Amino acid sequence: MLTALTALLGGLILLALLAVPLARLGVGARIVHGGCLLACLGFAAIALAALAGAEAAPAPLPLGPPWGPMWLGLDALSAWFLLLVGLTGACSALFALGRGGDHPPRVLAAFPLFLAGMALTLLAADALTLLLGFEAMSLASWALVAADHDREENRRAARLYLVFAAFGAACLVPAIGLMAGASGDLAFAALREAPPQGWRAALVLALVVAGAGSKAGLVPLHGWLPLAHPAAPSHVSALMSGAMTKVALYVVARLLLDLAGPAQPLWWGLPLLVLGAASAVLGALRANLEEEGKTLLACSTIENVGLIAIGLGLAACFRAADLGPLAAVAAGGALLHAMNHALFKTLLFLGMGEVGHGAATRRLDRLGGLVHVMPWTAGCMLVGALAAASLPPLSGFAGEWLLLQALLAAWRVGELGFQVLAVALAALAALAAALAAAAMVRMFGLVFLGRFRAPRTAGAQDGPLAARLSLLLPAGLTVLFGLIPGPMLALAEGALRILARADMAGRAGPVVLRLGDGAAAYLPALVALLLLACGGAVWWLVRRRSPAGVAHGPAWDCGFAAAPPHLPFGDPLTQPSPAGLGQPLRRMLGAPLLGATEAVHMPPPGDPSPARLAAGFRDPSFALLLAPLDRLRDAVVAQAERLRGLSIRQALMLPFATLVGLLALIAWLEGGR
Amino acid sequence: MRVNSFGTPAYDVAHLLGGGVLLMSFLLLYQRRIGGVINAFAVQGALLAAAAAWQGWVQGAPGLYVTAAIAFAAKAVLIPIALRVLVGRLGQHRAVETALGVGASLLAAILLVGLSVMVVLPVTAGSATPLARVDMTIALSVVLLGMLAMITRRNAISQVVGLLSLENGLILGAVGVVGMPLVVELSTAALVLVLAVVAGVVVFQIRERLDTLDTSILDRHGGEA
Repeated sequence: MLTALTALLGGLILLALLAVPLARLGVGARIVHGGCLLACLGFAAIALAALAGAEAAPAPLPLGPPWGPMWLGLDALSAWFLLLVGLTGACSALFALGRGGDHPPRVLAAFPLFLAGMALTLLAADALTLLLGFEAMSLASWALVAADHDREENRRAARLYLVFAAFGAACLVPAIGLMAGASGDLAFAALREAPPQGWRAALVLALVVAGAGSKAGLVPLHGWLPLAHPAAPSHVSALMSGAMTKVALYVVARLLLDLAGPAQPLWWGLPLLVLGAASAVLGALRANLEEEGKTLLACSTIENVGLIAIGLGLAACFRAADLGPLAAVAAGGALLHAMNHALFKTLLFLGMGEVGHGAATRRLDRLGGLVHVMPWTAGCMLVGALAAASLPPLSGFAGEWLLLQALLAAWRVGELGFQVLAVALAALAALAAALAAAAMVRMFGLVFLGRFRAPRTAGAQDGPLAARLSLLLPAGLTVLFGLIPGPMLALAEGALRILARADMAGRAGPVVLRLGDGAAAYLPALVALLLLACGGAVWWLVRRRSPAGVAHGPAWDCGFAAAPPHLPFGDPLTQPSPAGLGQPLRRMLGAPLLGATEAVHMPPPGDPSPARLAAGFRDPSFALLLAPLDRLRDAVVAQAERLRGLSIRQALMLPFATLVGLLALIAWLEGGR
Repeated sequence: MRVNSFGTPAYDVAHLLGGGVLLMSFLLLYQRRIGGVINAFAVQGALLAAAAAWQGWVQGAPGLYVTAAIAFAAKAVLIPIALRVLVGRLGQHRAVETALGVGASLLAAILLVGLSVMVVLPVTAGSATPLARVDMTIALSVVLLGMLAMITRRNAISQVVGLLSLENGLILGAVGVVGMPLVVELSTAALVLVLAVVAGVVVFQIRERLDTLDTSILDRHGGEA
């Protein structure tokens, strides 16, 4: 099995190398994306086999650094995330294949590398390989974010993304060094033997949460996400949002919940809980205020990443309090939501790419009424939006339900402070879920319903068959996974045992998902049947009770009059604008959380110009985190600039003094031993 | 045959030669005249060649004789002659003004030797032969003194000599380690030659452009030609 995985990895890298010469040919893009599609399907199949029991024990590669070989392996946890990467990667590659278009060589080469980096991160069985994969993933996705570098905002997004990637590496490398300790053996088995303790453990926790959390988009390190996702091509942003953030969460789970050992104290999960809740609320709120399709979806990703982080943090806390079954519920919710979010967010990003392609814009105030001209896309996006709004029986519900149930049971941990925190977290998670639903309603309503807001929108149409298939595949999986959360959790049994040291024994049946005897239970199939039955009954009643021959009469149209002849697309002012739809939430929550401002500029008396209402918000992470860093960088540069004024002898003295200082340090350290 | 413990001739001679190389480094710092600097450097090169040859005999590694020959030819003969020609052509026969006083630089040199003893002896304790330990100590001292010479001198030629004597320290360290492949030494020797060429070019460039070899004149330019 490892041979097949290595071959797939090698194939992807080969494809990346061949992409540059292939890009000159007409069929080059098809070959590259087709190869990626096959590789992703291969990953998914192997991951499924591994989850079904055929795990691959870690094995050394014949290459590696001088001090030891690199290890590859596939256990249940990595197989679960590999399945996720395989499925989303397949959908994205299919979309790129179906959409066609011209891809410059740098994008063609980076796409397989991106996939290979993610797969290598998941397959790694030693920390160095993990880092290598993680960095390859960061670098390749940077190249993809910078793909359309003609535009200033894309260059800025790519720059910011690179800075965050470097920051992540600067945190993860010392974290892994601290975990390895003096022995220096980086294999997972060796790291598991010697879990960090005391101040070292606290430092590892902070570094991993900051390093991998910045890649996952946890608040306050989420600044790059709403900028980078719109900048990348659609199939790439789908992959970044669906798969890459999950790979970062996998790194968190692997390092903090698996390798750091089972005996960590209660505070081990707290950073994840607090940052996760902050991300969930902030992301969902921003999703209600954004006016660009992909930015909105990126903010919704921040929310979902926050929810998954809450699940992982809860699992750590429950495990520390010796509540194994509850830890399994929390970890199961996190894993289930990671998988389902990956699929429906891929669907939404690909659908938004279709919209942007068809209507030539993704700005919500230029879209509207697309359901009439893009019925396939609208239908698939509806499935995705309903799942993102976590409505049963779609896939978004089961994971969030498990997370909320775990949060509601958090009082079983005896600490009073933790109980209070859990209550607050439950309220915040529920708020985030409600805000996410509102954001999805807003997104779907503004993009697909109502009247066209711009003439160009009327000319949009559904994509070719392959692009439609690439939307139907994740949509179908979203519906399917929504109906079978029990079997999915049974599949994730091994991963749960790694994360929670317990499993959902007997609680994840094929039909029903229950928390315990007499406790809450969820029967997705029954919910679906009930909904179907209700819908059918209504339909039947209407048919039955209506007089023969349906007559269409004028209904009350809420004041939304038919378009007058001189305005074929209707008066724009009769439709709600994105800013107007977001206004209540901006006023209620935006002012304290996002620094939202609203000002009316009245012209002076006698001036005939119109009054203006200026409304906006600024993410606090820019003002509180990035702006001080900007100033710090400028100060450092100003200091470093003084080095240029040094004379040759002074410049020679600098390395000499450094060398002598380091030697003195060695002498001091050795002397003290 | 335990060739490299205290009291054996192998150890004593290697120690003597290494000490001689180090002594020449001190002389480099002490010399006020540029001719004296070049002489000290030539003697250091000869001692280095002798040390390499002795190591070749002790270790039974014929490759080291090649190193010794290269070191002698380059360090003791060719480069000093080239430097003398250079000095003659540039007309640099007056005294070298040192940036740091001779007493202070000698004091700093003694401190540096102490530092390298304190670094090398504990680090290599138990893992290396006594000969290798002493060799490493001396080599590190020579490297540090070479850097010190580069810093304390104002004249470009004596700075070049400081750089070359730093290279001597590296080679001394390399020959002292048993089993060092010849490739490394050859490449080091080649590096030294290249360095000499580059340094000569730089000296000429400085003189052509600025009409002096006092590098403090470069300070105003800050690296921008």
